[in-house]
Amino acid sequence: MEYYLVVSAIMMFAGIYGFIVRRSLLGILISIELILNSVDINFMVFNRYLYPDQMEGFFFTLFAIGVSAAETAIAIAICINVYRNLHSINVKNLDEMKN
Amino acid sequence: MEMTLNEVVFYLLSTVIVVCSILTVTTTRILRSATYLLFVLFATAGLYFQMNYSFMGAVQLTVYAGGVIVLYVFSILLTSSPGGDKERPKRKYMFAGLSAVVVGALLSIYLILTHSFPASRYVAGEIDMKTIGQVLMGTEKYQYLLPFEAVSVLLLACIVGGILIARKR
Repeated sequence: MEYYLVVSAIMMFAGIYGFIVRRSLLGILISIELILNSVDINFMVFNRYLYPDQMEGFFFTLFAIGVSAAETAIAIAICINVYRNLHSINVKNLDEMKN
Repeated sequence: MEMTLNEVVFYLLSTVIVVCSILTVTTTRILRSATYLLFVLFATAGLYFQMNYSFMGAVQLTVYAGGVIVLYVFSILLTSSPGGDKERPKRKYMFAGLSAVVVGALLSIYLILTHSFPASRYVAGEIDMKTIGQVLMGTEKYQYLLPFEAVSVLLLACIVGGILIARKR
């Protein structure tokens, strides 16, 4: 069971590294997807190995997948709108919100 | 024999997850990054199937690999500039991020490997669909009708917000 947790920890820190280093909005979103996915793996592993007669981890993962899909859709809509206004999705150019 | 086969599948999937998630954040082209993310999500669905949660594996495949990745590829192709979009991170940020992440990862892996979890009670077996449906639709304790409705309202708000944000003026 610990090896599942090690795999998801590596995945989570890869996501954090991308979140710090990436310079475009879509790269940051992809890193956020990695982080959310590693948390989902942790919930499923805890549910299967420690509390196999309950279903909390299962349903929490189900709702987390739904929420992250909604978050991705909204964030991509914002990205497309930013690109339409500024012709770039680089974080460096995003220092002014209104124009 | 069955146990060793299970371990072989686990090591294969975890190798795919580790390698592809590191490549996701280190590759310079954003479209390749999305493709590696797709491989990571496939391998995660494989882990769910291996843990006998086939419903959750199917949800992962359809929602993430089927829906979210298609959204990513569309938006990457819509927003990428024509002259190649390689991004080189600055060396300062790269060094800071790498040191923070390596320290954090080593610390958390050390904690995971030395922490004494409660005794593992692995019970193989599938949650059947009838149980899932009744728990998802019930209103008693340990049943999830209210979060289900909240997620449905969230998705409705997401549809309206997406149309409102991304429409042409």
